[in-house]
Amino acid sequence: MSRRRLRGPRHGLRLARALLGSQYATMLEYRAEIALWALSGVLPLIMLAVWSQAGVTAADGLDAGQLDRYFVAAFLVRQFTVVWVTYSFEEDQLHGRLSPWLLQPLQPLWRYVAAHVAEQATRLPFVLLFVGVIALVHPAALWLPSPERLLLGVLATWLAFAVNFLLQSVITMGCFWTERASALDRLLFIPYLFLSGISAPLETFPEGVRRLALATPFPYLLHFPARVLAGESVDLLGGFGALLGWAALLLPLVLGLWRLGVRRYGAMGA
Amino acid sequence: MGWLPRHGRVLLRFWSTALASQTEYLFNFSVELLAMAGNLAGSWFVLSLFFRHGQQLGGWRWEEALVVLGAYTLLDGVATTLLRPNLNAIVTLVQNGSLDFVLLKPIDSQFWLSTRLIAPVGLPQIALGAGLMLWAAARAGAAPSPLALASTTVLLLAASVSLYSLWFLVAATSIWFTKIWNATEVLRNVLVAGRYPISAYPSGVRSLLTLVLPVAFLTTVPAEALLARAGSHPLPLALLVAAGLFTASRLFWRHALRFYTSASS
Repeated sequence: MSRRRLRGPRHGLRLARALLGSQYATMLEYRAEIALWALSGVLPLIMLAVWSQAGVTAADGLDAGQLDRYFVAAFLVRQFTVVWVTYSFEEDQLHGRLSPWLLQPLQPLWRYVAAHVAEQATRLPFVLLFVGVIALVHPAALWLPSPERLLLGVLATWLAFAVNFLLQSVITMGCFWTERASALDRLLFIPYLFLSGISAPLETFPEGVRRLALATPFPYLLHFPARVLAGESVDLLGGFGALLGWAALLLPLVLGLWRLGVRRYGAMGA
Repeated sequence: MGWLPRHGRVLLRFWSTALASQTEYLFNFSVELLAMAGNLAGSWFVLSLFFRHGQQLGGWRWEEALVVLGAYTLLDGVATTLLRPNLNAIVTLVQNGSLDFVLLKPIDSQFWLSTRLIAPVGLPQIALGAGLMLWAAARAGAAPSPLALASTTVLLLAASVSLYSLWFLVAATSIWFTKIWNATEVLRNVLVAGRYPISAYPSGVRSLLTLVLPVAFLTTVPAEALLARAGSHPLPLALLVAAGLFTASRLFWRHALRFYTSASS
């Protein structure tokens, strides 16, 4: 720990560049996979199709244009907050790749962060392509966000990604205790699917359920950044505060579990 | 010895060994059951949101829309039981080159690949979906005649065949692309559209979901038959779609195999 601190920020920067560069090269190899993966995030657009016809959202204070913008923004936010750390970590651990990384003077979780960032960079052109398709099929659904909303939206999306990453990392640490942590990850996805706002804007929820949802991190992972990006009126302070709060809560939990887990870790077959 | 008994006997062996190896993973089983319950509860909740202020969704009342959700749940159960374990394995076989061993076996390779494994964890979901369909239909005031029940069953079987064929078509492309896990993921995510009656979609999407990807025939058509909503008789058309897709999957597999060059070549 102390040795790394002596090396200073220049070393950190070089490390980050090397990690991101190598991960980006790996991800480019899988660009066809990533294109399909981006395509598999169509859920918000399917839900937009149903909601736009349902004609019930006016009662919840959302007009057709707002609905369009919300779901397109939700689609974009989802694209850049996808987290799959549990699956790669589980595989790396089962195949014994984790062991040499533990010997290196770098917290192995950084590798996964770099992989996710590199994957998002690879995904970017495909997402732009989809936006182009939306522009052709349903141009009314697109809008030009104001510069400050764009900036805040990107920031909220990044924070949402960070919180989502930490949330999944808690589950991932289960890999040290069980061989099937990815099954638990499937369970985590279910409340995300129904409470994050990817299936329905939170405005359409009954009051009680909405309050329950807002007590979980899920709406901040999608609903909040999407509304910021869509230019809707949002409680910026509350939203960013909640994201930072969840991050502050989850980070020590992940690091603590990591420390306990590594102590238990005996490599595969040991 | 006829054709059917032989395949039947092989099927029995496949499934008994698959069941035996699955009993090792009881933890997985309970997680899957929990996921199933959570998914149904969530879908029910989202569907109910459409009925908070209105009485109908695309001309379907609440109980009627629940029948569609039941059909979706049932078919998702079929996918969990038979499609997901088998067709995801194709990718691994192609990657490792162990598809060679399958092709050498004295049995139809598509049959082997499609039926080798079974995941019994999907069976409760099938039962739950069927139960939801019947319960919601009764609540909707439909008293299905034996004939309606029979045609619903046939339509659901046809839907399963269509679903299988679509899935196999996508999985077969792994011969070219090797890593195609995400392609089946795309299919699964588009099929989520089947949770809602087809008339709930705007007309452009509706024709896409009927003509290009026959989602309409998977869930809406069986639900219509159970509720006796169908004005025309969809049975011949649905059977035709299923037969057409199945033939396409067989032809496509034969075509794909000509491009299979094993792992090392």
